[in-house]
Amino acid sequence: MSIEIAGVGRRFGDFVALEDINLSVPAGQLTALLGPSGGGKSTLLRIIAGLENADSGTVTIEGNDATRLPARKRNVGFVFQHYAAFKHMTVARNVAFGLEIRKQPKDQVAERVREMLRLVHLEQFADRYPAQLSGGQRQRMALARALAIEPSVLLLDEPFGALDAKVRKELRDWLRRLHDEVHVTTVFVTHDQEEALEVADQIVVINQGRIEQIGTPDELYDQPASDFVLSFLGPVTTLDGRLVRPHDIEVAAGPVPDSVVGTITRWTRIGYEVRLEVTPTSGGDPVQVQLTRNDALQRGLAEGSTVWLREVAPVNGAHSPVPA
Amino acid sequence: MTTSTLTRVRRRGPRRRARAATALTPAAGLGLGVALIWFSILVMLPLSAVVLTTTEGGWTTFVETIQQPQTWAAIKLTVGEAVLVTVTNVVFGTLIAWVLVRDHFWGKGILEVVIDIPFALPTIVAGLVLLSLYGPGSPIGIDVANTRVAVFLALLFVTTPFVVRTVQPVLLELDPETEQAAASLGASRLTTFRKVLLPALTPAITAGAALSFARAISEYGSLVLLSGNLPMRTEVTSVRILTYIENGNMAAAASVASLLLLVALFAIIALDVIARRVARR
Repeated sequence: MSIEIAGVGRRFGDFVALEDINLSVPAGQLTALLGPSGGGKSTLLRIIAGLENADSGTVTIEGNDATRLPARKRNVGFVFQHYAAFKHMTVARNVAFGLEIRKQPKDQVAERVREMLRLVHLEQFADRYPAQLSGGQRQRMALARALAIEPSVLLLDEPFGALDAKVRKELRDWLRRLHDEVHVTTVFVTHDQEEALEVADQIVVINQGRIEQIGTPDELYDQPASDFVLSFLGPVTTLDGRLVRPHDIEVAAGPVPDSVVGTITRWTRIGYEVRLEVTPTSGGDPVQVQLTRNDALQRGLAEGSTVWLREVAPVNGAHSPVPA
Repeated sequence: MTTSTLTRVRRRGPRRRARAATALTPAAGLGLGVALIWFSILVMLPLSAVVLTTTEGGWTTFVETIQQPQTWAAIKLTVGEAVLVTVTNVVFGTLIAWVLVRDHFWGKGILEVVIDIPFALPTIVAGLVLLSLYGPGSPIGIDVANTRVAVFLALLFVTTPFVVRTVQPVLLELDPETEQAAASLGASRLTTFRKVLLPALTPAITAGAALSFARAISEYGSLVLLSGNLPMRTEVTSVRILTYIENGNMAAAASVASLLLLVALFAIIALDVIARRVARR
């Protein structure tokens, strides 16, 4: 285990940011800390880096107790949401910063900087200043700077949060590929469930200062430990008093056992997908259903038709019935 | 057709920008004209007049005036004290700005206002305040009247706000995350200050230092009362210039004034060079 967190708690005045956090981050993997803003995930990341102190508990990095170590002695690479670039230095000097502090020989530093810039595809920007780069390029520079010191762990705090959707998607794919190449133990914080599901080997869901669930993306999506995890990781709707995913509902044009009968009250088509709103005959909230356009057409569905709904792939999670 | 229009527009973009760099729009031309006339009347004209008055007396008058022992002593004192005050301000002004921006304490709001008092106070009032505090019969038992310490204190009093006020906004704009980034890369507090903070603050510090130096070599009101204006000891150049004028010796007054002008110019250039050096490091 590369990072071991035991009993970590942190308060800001009356606000409990983290409460009794226990977590093992496996070596060489990409772990996502996922949760809503203000849930404590960034605080946890900053505690691992030593940029914030825990009120209680211990942090162990690669077997060494780091709880009392200052940030500069933890050998941790940290990437900030807003890049934290050294504006008065060129890209190359930014990347060289950590190496120059370690008093490495000049030619060795230059070689390592070249290697890092090649890794993040910024070779031709070595002599530019951060202000002359785009957001995505600046974040890649920050990543090269953090990786240059060969950190034992790489920590990223909402690394793509300040970028627009398209660049974010590109960088996400690129981070995954980079990680497959470099294999440094990586923890990144995000509030975007799609980002976590797509990139991470392991996801830690954090809400209101507590860990809700730890697992692989598949485990979390298919076997959520709580309604919170279920609803945070994807769309949900209520069917017969239970939370289910809209695409896990089977729509039948004739009666089937254990089903809810209702009328299609809204029909929205988005590309290959059809979203239905079905109002149960017995009353209650409308049920949201997602199916492919082909499925909808094959069943001869249209707005106003009567349908029978039932859950197809019931999640085996322990989630409880929705309170009335 | 749409495509060709688009490419044409796009191609015209840079060329138009290039032309804008050399040619001015009517509004910009008017603005530049007003700025130049304003600058000429208010700054260039008086400066040239001083230099012209100096040249009227000829080179020998200039050299003789400067070499006159009492004048030379005044120049040495003024420039020396100004340098000392500026260096003090660079250190303590930066420190005060740091405390005001980074620390939270009771009475910070009051301190923010008090810092500006030397700006707002008429200099002769400042002189009176200093005289009653550090002069004969001082309530705190410190009497520095008629000494060089008095000159230093008076100059320090009126120049304190400069560095504070130039550094403060820059410090406010600095992202604390860059310091955290430096720490995570292994930098100590001192290294972070030297390599990350100082280069970012240097332009502001030198701007404040230039203002502080310029004010110090020209100061009159705040120090005449406390310093006693003793020839060869506590007399500063502004007092010296006034004496020349009172004696009707305009050429000599202009000579000293021109020399001060040169010193100020040299100081500004030197500070600019230092700023570039530090920022590049």
